[in-house]
Formats: sequence, C-alpha cells, structure tokens
Amino acid sequence: MFHKEKSIQIKNSASALYNNLSVLRIAPRRLTYFTVVHANVVNMVSASWDGLNYSHRQLQSKEPNVATSTSLIMQAAFCVLPSRDLLVVSSQKGIQMYESDGSIMVYWHALDTPEAPTEQAVFARGISAVSDNYICVGVSSGAVLVFDVPSKGSNITLSEVLEEHKEAITDIAAECSGSQERLASLVTADDGGNVCVWKSGEEFQLLNKIPGLDITCSSVKLWKGTVLAGYGNGQIRLYEAVTGILHAEVNAHARWIYSLDVAPFSGLLLSAAEDSFVRVWHLAMTPETNSVEIAHLHNECVTDTQICGAKFCDGDGYAFAVTGYDLSEIIRYVQS
Amino acid sequence: MSVRTLPLVFINLGGEMLYILDQRLRAHNTSDSSSEKGVWSEGDRKRVLNDIVGTMFSKSFMDELLKPQQLYSHRTMKTVLTRLAHTSIMRLNPASMDRLYELMIMAFKYQVFLCPRPKDLLLISYNHMDSIRALVRDTPAVLNQVDETHRKVIEVYSTFSEGELQLLRQTLLIFFQDMHIRVSLFLKNQIQNPSGRFVLTTSGPVPSGVDVPGLIRTFDLRGREVSRSEFPPGGSFSGSVGDGSFELNGDRVLRLGRNLYRAEHPEETQTSRTPGAQPNSPPNPLAKEELNLLARLMGSMKAENVPTGERRFRISLFSTDQEEAGASGGEQQDTIQVINIQAVQDGQAALALARIAGEFADEEAKLENPSSSKGDELLAMMDDL
Repeated sequence: MFHKEKSIQIKNSASALYNNLSVLRIAPRRLTYFTVVHANVVNMVSASWDGLNYSHRQLQSKEPNVATSTSLIMQAAFCVLPSRDLLVVSSQKGIQMYESDGSIMVYWHALDTPEAPTEQAVFARGISAVSDNYICVGVSSGAVLVFDVPSKGSNITLSEVLEEHKEAITDIAAECSGSQERLASLVTADDGGNVCVWKSGEEFQLLNKIPGLDITCSSVKLWKGTVLAGYGNGQIRLYEAVTGILHAEVNAHARWIYSLDVAPFSGLLLSAAEDSFVRVWHLAMTPETNSVEIAHLHNECVTDTQICGAKFCDGDGYAFAVTGYDLSEIIRYVQS
Repeated sequence: MSVRTLPLVFINLGGEMLYILDQRLRAHNTSDSSSEKGVWSEGDRKRVLNDIVGTMFSKSFMDELLKPQQLYSHRTMKTVLTRLAHTSIMRLNPASMDRLYELMIMAFKYQVFLCPRPKDLLLISYNHMDSIRALVRDTPAVLNQVDETHRKVIEVYSTFSEGELQLLRQTLLIFFQDMHIRVSLFLKNQIQNPSGRFVLTTSGPVPSGVDVPGLIRTFDLRGREVSRSEFPPGGSFSGSVGDGSFELNGDRVLRLGRNLYRAEHPEETQTSRTPGAQPNSPPNPLAKEELNLLARLMGSMKAENVPTGERRFRISLFSTDQEEAGASGGEQQDTIQVINIQAVQDGQAALALARIAGEFADEEAKLENPSSSKGDELLAMMDDL
C-alpha cells in the first residue's frame, strides 16, 4: 500500500520527544518544510517536490538578547492560520514564534521560572493553531496559554490562560476536518491521560473532560468531533469529544505511542511508537449512529528505531514521513 | 527537562563502573605472574570496591545529587566519576578512564533505550544496587549506606508518575544521543549492531500493563462492547511476564542492569569507535551552574582517611596495545582530536576543572614511587600481551 521513498538527511539526529516532526506543505512554491528537534536545536529542511533541492536551517532556543542562554526544546510545530503560517518552538525557557521559514522571530514569551530550582521541571509542550486567530501552547504546570495572533505583524498577545489540567500538558490539537459546525474546536491532553475538550472564542469554554487512568496520553488529534488519543500503554482510543463516549479501543502498539496524525480529507490515521512500528488506519464515520469505526490498513517497521515523530505530508495521506531517536534522516513513504 | 536525573545517573553509571572494575581487577588476579607483587589480591580488590561504594553512597554525596537540578555535560560526569574512582587506592590513567567511561555510558544507554516502561528505570537502578550490595556484603558499614540510599531512592521516586519518569528517560536519552561506541561484549551477544546501534527486537513479552497488539474493540453508546476484530501487528509479541518488585529486596524480573561481565573474559570490555564517527558537537564552555554543581559534588565526597605514606596503585585497565592494533586510522584520529579539543578550545574550562579537582587532591600526588609499585608490574604485564 505504501512503499519507502528516498529519505531526507538532517543535520542532527532526532531527540526522543513526543510528536517530534512537523510538516508544512507550501503548494504555490512546490515545497514542503520539515522540522525535527535535536536537544536545543530545531532542524528545518525545505524540500522541493521534484526532489532536487534541499535547503537546511537551524534554529536555537534562545532568549532574545541573552547570549549564553539556550535551553532544551520540547517541541516545534507549524501553525497554519488563514492569513499566515508560523513556526512555534516551545522549550524549557519559553515559547518562540517564527515566520514559517524560520527567518525571523516575531514573538517571545518567557515562562515563569522560579528563582530557585523547584521539584518539578518547567517547560512548554503541546502546540496548535485553533480557529482563525489563536495559537495554544501547553505548560508543565498543566496550564494552556492562548495567544491571540493578528493577521500580520508581531503584535501577538497572551489572551487567556486555561487552567484545568493539573499535570504537564503533552499535546494539543484543533479540529482539523475543516467543518465549521463542530462544537469542539480544541482538545488538550496531559501526563495523567486526562483529555479536555474546548470551544474556542474570546473566552474558551470547557465542554468536556475525559479522565485518564494515570496512563499518559502522549499524542492527540480531533477530527469530525472525534478525539483520537494515543497512550503510553500502546493503546489508541476514539472518543466522541463532546460527550466522552468511547467508540473504540485498539491495542495498537507494544510500547509507548509517540505520535498520531490524521489526514483530514481521507480519514487516514497514522500511529507511531517506541516499538519501531508505524501503522496506518482508516477511520469511517457512520452519521446515523454518530459513531466512528477504525480499520487497520498497513504497517511499516523501522528496524532498531524508537519512532518519535510521524506525520502525513498532505491532507489526503498520500505520503507520510517518520523520524526516530538517534536517526539523522526523515524517512518517507508514499502510496503505491 | 527533568531535574531529578542525577541520583539515577550516578547509581547506574557508578554500578556499571563497579562491575567493570570488579571484572578487570579479577582478571589481573588470574594472571600467572610468578611475582607476588604483580598481582592484585582479593583483599585489594575488595578494598577498592568498598572505598568507591562508600563514597558514592555517602549521605553527603547522595544529598547533593537529590537536589533538583539539570543534567550537565559528559565532561562534568566524567570528572566526578574519575574522582569517585580515585577515592580508592587505585589510580587510573586517562586512557583507561576514557575507555571506562565509554563502556559505562554505552551500557547505561543500552539499558535506558531498551527500558520497557519508564517505571522500569527504577528496576534497572535497583538491579544495580542489588549487585552493589553483593560486592560489599562483607563490609557492614558500607552495606548499610547502600541500604539507606536505596530506601531514600524508593521514597523519592515512588511518587513519580509514569509521565514524569518518561520525561526523566527522555532527558537521559538526550544525554546519550549520537553515541554509538561499539562494545565487544554487546557485539558478541548481538545486542549491538556493527554500526554501533542497539538491536530493538520486535518479539518477546510486552511490558507489564501493556496488551499484546492486534485487537480492535468497538463499543455502543452505553459502553457495551459491540464487536472485536484483529489486525496483523507484525513482529511476534507475547504477553507480559509480570511486574518486578519495587521494594528494598525482591525479584526485579527485569534483567537490564544486572552484571553482564564475567571474570573469565576480560577482552569483552573492549570498545571501539565506529570508523568515521565524530564526536558530534564541540564541548560548550561549562556554564556557571555546572561548575557550581561540580564543586559541590567534589566537596561532598569525603575522602576516606587513608594514612599518608600509603601507596596508590596505578592501573591501566585496558590494553593500550590492543586498542591501537584494533583501531583504524579513524580511531587514532579521534583520540588526537579529543586531546586537541581539550587543550585548545576549552583552556578556560579545563583550568577551572583542574582548579576544582586540585582543591581535593590528597598528598598522594607527591607519592609517585615508581619502583616496586603494583601499577608498574601491571603495566609491564600489559606490554607483554
């Protein structure tokens, strides 16, 4: 169903972090950007669709005007808004937002770090664009920061702080099916496996809380009102977002899941874990019963590799890319 | 990233160091040199191990480690571990220490990489502590310290959630990133590939608490199971073999962290760089916080009261002849490169390190007594190989 294509070499190997791959497709320029985090550096590759041109860039997590500070990066993700695309980098020190090609930093938000080291680690993790003008980023305290992003310029402001989670945020996702009538616009997940469902707006509203069972939810997606969640015990669960009804439970992987992704136009789901497997699934909605079914389509095994990032390269799921711990390449697969 | 890595780092790296030292010192013991002076006695070996364990598990050292703080560079870790090794009567030359550190790091990397669940990091640490207990069982005072430390570790880490332990593991994986030094024992046991990467099998038991992949269950609106179907998961995973004990004593079940070295096979502790492999990034200047940590850790190591006039025994743990013979030109170049980096780029940091280390040097530095020292006999034996 899929076959392996030529890999893209990156300057550094990928670190073992959840959701450690972000992809941005730029159709007008026939380019795709990829970002992979290595310790305190974001590796960006711009790949032309004809496979002939690759250009590389590296971004460090630095506070502006502080020469010696770098900190470990937890995640880098492209945020697509109607009027602009931004690259958001979340680290131990704070949150940086760049133009999507990584050329200019447009915004810096410092995390509140206490003077003396505390028992708990402090970091930002979990990034998503939401609705037309928000970017949400999670924090280790469980807070979710909501940033208001104007259609251009650097006048980005912190509009709200959502305080519902008590454990470190792992991942955040927005409704990606493009349909306007969905009530739930955002889903946030934490270390304890708790998943919160929100409606965006000037004030975000909590619609539902799906309790975890102390099993970390490391990756989450929201598609057609369905929460798709990947867990540390290798399970994928499908919930109806607003009600919390469990549609399906899959014993998908033998180890911790690190990444989930959805191809919104075709309903394909991608899951990747430390067990070295990437799996492709198909999601089918049955509108009469308002339920979702999941069927298995395909497996790929990346030998001796704990996978940390897996993303579709396009909305149909025609191709997907994978990163692994200690691997200095982005592996690509294309439908046959 | 996690601010609670140091205690586990030192317990596990220190544990590996003790396994290797134990094996190497036994290996020298079995040499059939006719001279009494050339052999490390059982008593010497035990003394070395007791001294190191005593310092590593001292309350002051452990208390420093238990403070929330970042995990710093390899250079800092190596400096502290060298100092730990030198709290005994043994003196390691720099080449030996480098090789020893490489072995320790690759062994711990292997354990962390293969760790089935984040919680099993604790079982790996407890395996090391169980083995350390066995090494010092004849010395009740030191054994007591190990027990106390074990209790403290259980107390601190049992409150960690799986998510927090995974963050700790991810922090350690960043620390080990891009290190692919080949270890002959691992290559022989086929847990490492010739490329230096570890083997990750797609068969065997799943971790405790995980189900074997392959099942899809669907539910109705009331939560009742409506259907089951199976999918081909690839690999051949089997059910979990049950949970190990997280108490002070008990069957850990997990084998990672147990002593892999056996005294009869000293060649198993050979390491080699993968040809062409470069150390990835040049060492950064040590941050102020890192130097502070180093000073605190060094200060907390109480040098055991060794009577002045006692000889220190120099030892070359690994045959330098074999290293050079087995190496490609690349390895020689790597060695030279490392030395260059140390001397040229980090002059300032090296000075700071030397100053701190110097503050704690005993008078032994003056006691270089070349004639009739065990170290020299050992070196002579090595040259004969």
